Amino acid sequence: MKEMSYKEMGLLDEEYEQIIEILGRQPNYLELGIFAVMWSEHCGYKNSRPLLKNFPTEGPQVIQGPGENAGVVDIGDGQALVFKIESHNHPSAIEPYQGAATGVGGIVRDIFTMGARPIASLNSLRFGNIDDERVKQLFSGVVAGIGDYGNCLGIPTVGGEVYFNPAYQGNPLVNAMCVGLVNKQEIAYATASETGSPLMLVGARTGRDGIHGATFASEELSEASQEKRPSVQVGDPFMEKLLIEACLELIKEDLVAGMQDLGAAGLTSSIAEAASKKGRGVIVDVSRVPRRETGMIPYEVMLSESQERMLIVPREGKEGRISQIFDKWGLDATVIGEVTDDGMFKVFEGDVLVGAVPVEALTEGCPVYVREGMEPPYYRECRDYNIDDLSECDAGEALSQLLASPNIASKKWVYTQYDHQVMTNSSIVPGDADAAVLRVKGYQKGIALATDCNGRMVYLDPYQGGMMAVCEGARNLACVGARPLALTNCLNFGSPENPHIYWQMQEAIKGMSEAAKVLGTPVVSGNVSLYNETVDGAIFPTPVVGMVGILKDIDQRCQMAFKDEGDLIVLLGRSREELGGSEYLFVCHGIEKGAVPAVDLEEEQNLIELLVSIIEAGLVKSCHDISDGGLAAALAESSIKGSLGFNVDLDFKGSRRDKILFSEAPSRAVISLDEKDLAAVINVSAQQGIEIRVLGKVGGEDMIINDQGMEFVNLAVQDAAKIWGEAIECHMK
Amino acid sequence: MKFGVVVFPGSNCDADCYHVVKEVMNQQVEYIWHKENAVDGFDALILPGGFSYGDYLRTGAIARFSPIMPSVIDFAARGGLVIGICNGFQILLEAGLLPGAMLRNSSLKFICKPVYLKINRADTPFTNRLQVDQVTRIPVAHGEGNYFCDENTLQSLKDNGQILFTYCGADGEESPEFNPNGSLANIAGISNQKGNVLGMMPHPERCSEEILGGRDGFYIFDSMINWFEEVGK
Repeated sequence: MKEMSYKEMGLLDEEYEQIIEILGRQPNYLELGIFAVMWSEHCGYKNSRPLLKNFPTEGPQVIQGPGENAGVVDIGDGQALVFKIESHNHPSAIEPYQGAATGVGGIVRDIFTMGARPIASLNSLRFGNIDDERVKQLFSGVVAGIGDYGNCLGIPTVGGEVYFNPAYQGNPLVNAMCVGLVNKQEIAYATASETGSPLMLVGARTGRDGIHGATFASEELSEASQEKRPSVQVGDPFMEKLLIEACLELIKEDLVAGMQDLGAAGLTSSIAEAASKKGRGVIVDVSRVPRRETGMIPYEVMLSESQERMLIVPREGKEGRISQIFDKWGLDATVIGEVTDDGMFKVFEGDVLVGAVPVEALTEGCPVYVREGMEPPYYRECRDYNIDDLSECDAGEALSQLLASPNIASKKWVYTQYDHQVMTNSSIVPGDADAAVLRVKGYQKGIALATDCNGRMVYLDPYQGGMMAVCEGARNLACVGARPLALTNCLNFGSPENPHIYWQMQEAIKGMSEAAKVLGTPVVSGNVSLYNETVDGAIFPTPVVGMVGILKDIDQRCQMAFKDEGDLIVLLGRSREELGGSEYLFVCHGIEKGAVPAVDLEEEQNLIELLVSIIEAGLVKSCHDISDGGLAAALAESSIKGSLGFNVDLDFKGSRRDKILFSEAPSRAVISLDEKDLAAVINVSAQQGIEIRVLGKVGGEDMIINDQGMEFVNLAVQDAAKIWGEAIECHMK
Repeated sequence: MKFGVVVFPGSNCDADCYHVVKEVMNQQVEYIWHKENAVDGFDALILPGGFSYGDYLRTGAIARFSPIMPSVIDFAARGGLVIGICNGFQILLEAGLLPGAMLRNSSLKFICKPVYLKINRADTPFTNRLQVDQVTRIPVAHGEGNYFCDENTLQSLKDNGQILFTYCGADGEESPEFNPNGSLANIAGISNQKGNVLGMMPHPERCSEEILGGRDGFYIFDSMINWFEEVGK
């Protein structure tokens, strides 16, 4: 094996100096590797930690905030939800199938490591132009990888999002979220080890795959990245399925003091974590680690990111019972080391000490960089762009084009490849509403889940865009009738060393933090993925929000499809005209500019309250929030899903029609209801201070939009359904 | 009536079947771990969906060698009711309890969606609560559901009335357009000649309760219970 220099491992000169100072000597190759992975952005959050402090992380519902394998929130009845979202962008860029598959594997391990039964997966994906051949390969590879892994595990993939934009051309985003359900008293934590506790390694054998994956994840992608394919791990979902069942049995019988999955930086980080309690140390003997390749040196064993491995710290005297359970599942557990009290991380190969570093230096001692952000020149230029200079497109034509845009079109090509019904809890399946809804067997409540982020909006205005991502997540939940509880996020950005990118991070995090505070949805877990850049530049800043919430009564859950002829169609929220950053400008004018719509957090919160209370009261027959494609797309989607037309009259009062129809301004939703319930809904709207307007009625076979009685859009539902339903499939043929 | 749900390593619809039998059908049910070698005391066996042994070789190919399988085969030979759903169907084929084999879906993609099934017989242990030519809506979720057999076998399946379910449109039309996986003659489920062993790709346990969007699957379990109470005892 060719030895890498510290620079090739991603360490800076001053970091190398710091290591020498800590050790009082030059590190050997193994020690250098250990520092490099532990001090990578991926493991150490050295660039993002100061910014992450701004997130609100507390609330009465929060049982565990950031710092553990995943966040935990209370959902009543002695139960809790455990959830987190994580990126696997770089592996997926060079090896889409395995990169995405192991992304799912990693996040699922984070969930059952905490003692929770994984009950749902979601994913948030970004790709370049869908007509590009390489992008098609990436897209189909990623979807197949997510599907094959999750399907085999028997965890339903219930939701997510997919966007296509040239900004992600060479650097797709693959963010996977997993949600688990646990009885509160069975929550397991990572660091509960006492001196003398053995460390058991269980699961797959260790190979050379994924060495330096964490480092690779913390640098820009380049031509040379293809050579890093060995840094991409290979997934074995069957092994993971066995681990889930075996580990959950251990927790049910209360046999473990600590459990840690082996993710980024493999054994190194999980062992450091097991010893991270003040003053603890650890010894590990690499010669005891079961391998699947011969001739591996300690460096390779310690840094391998081979998948489907767990580190278990047994409760005293429980090793025998633990081995029995693993044996039942056909798994081998091996004691590879133990917890000590000298604060040192010591690696042996047999009797020979091959490396020793202070544990604290790896975790607490990770350098932190507070950088200076600088507003990029594009920001004002885009913001000040005058949309009024653009001609107005024919509204019907524009609506058809928008429905055909892969960013708005049905994602059924994607979600039919995911088993979204296994576990028989999926009460709202993908494509039917703004959020997925799961039942909790034996209870009346329901769980609602969604992921959201409009990268273009965040790019144009990271502060507003960050708020919008949180608001949309919360609103999506409210649209099915759920009260948002808390969120997880995956912060995908370019290189933090670029002051313009750092500014995007600062602004987006500020916006997200403010929104999370006002909406009462603390950030309980997350992941940061930086250096999402290619030679062509950085991706759109894409801080993806994964929101979880609870429906009081699952029988009142609401979907987006229009239900019955004659129902009234009602707009909740203001009629707004801001077109900046809209899909309409992108699709119909080829422009990604303009001032993005301003967010009023209080208004958003009031709308959410309104939606939840009228849905809980059973007053609403369909509900769909206004986002991509604006009011027109929202109406069209409800119509298509319900196979029912509509006839609405919008009073444009001299405004440009395209503005009213296609603005993606937040804090708005389109509902349909029985006429007899209108008065009640008006009443609640008034209480919440939300504007309400009857637009027209459900019915017929056509989508008809009038301007004060004058019809100017008339589209057959059947034709629109075909356009919207088949667009992605057509691109992928 | 007492059901047994056989659990192979990698089974993932075992808990779903267990739930339906216990909570929806109100019958007795127990898991049977694949390393056991007896099925005494059970009135019906369910081989659930999933990815037994990861299905890395060929779906169901390794599960058929599980210690429990000789007992399952023996149980079937004695006339016991056996239903294999999805991966369970694949295992029944590999074990020789049903004829034919499973190929990858013609799209080469995993497919999860509701499909329409036409009921071809209503006088079997698995369909007696349904009507002939009734169209039911039950979801599929599989990567290898493309049923195949040779011409003679197909003819004998037809002659013996073993094709219980075929993929169709909402109005019952059987055409390739409504075939989700390319299976021969739109076959979604077949029984053995005696009629006590059923293999089906769609998942009745996923649509036995209204909250999951329909309850057509309920009638398959209900048929088994009905048959057992009328005839089986």
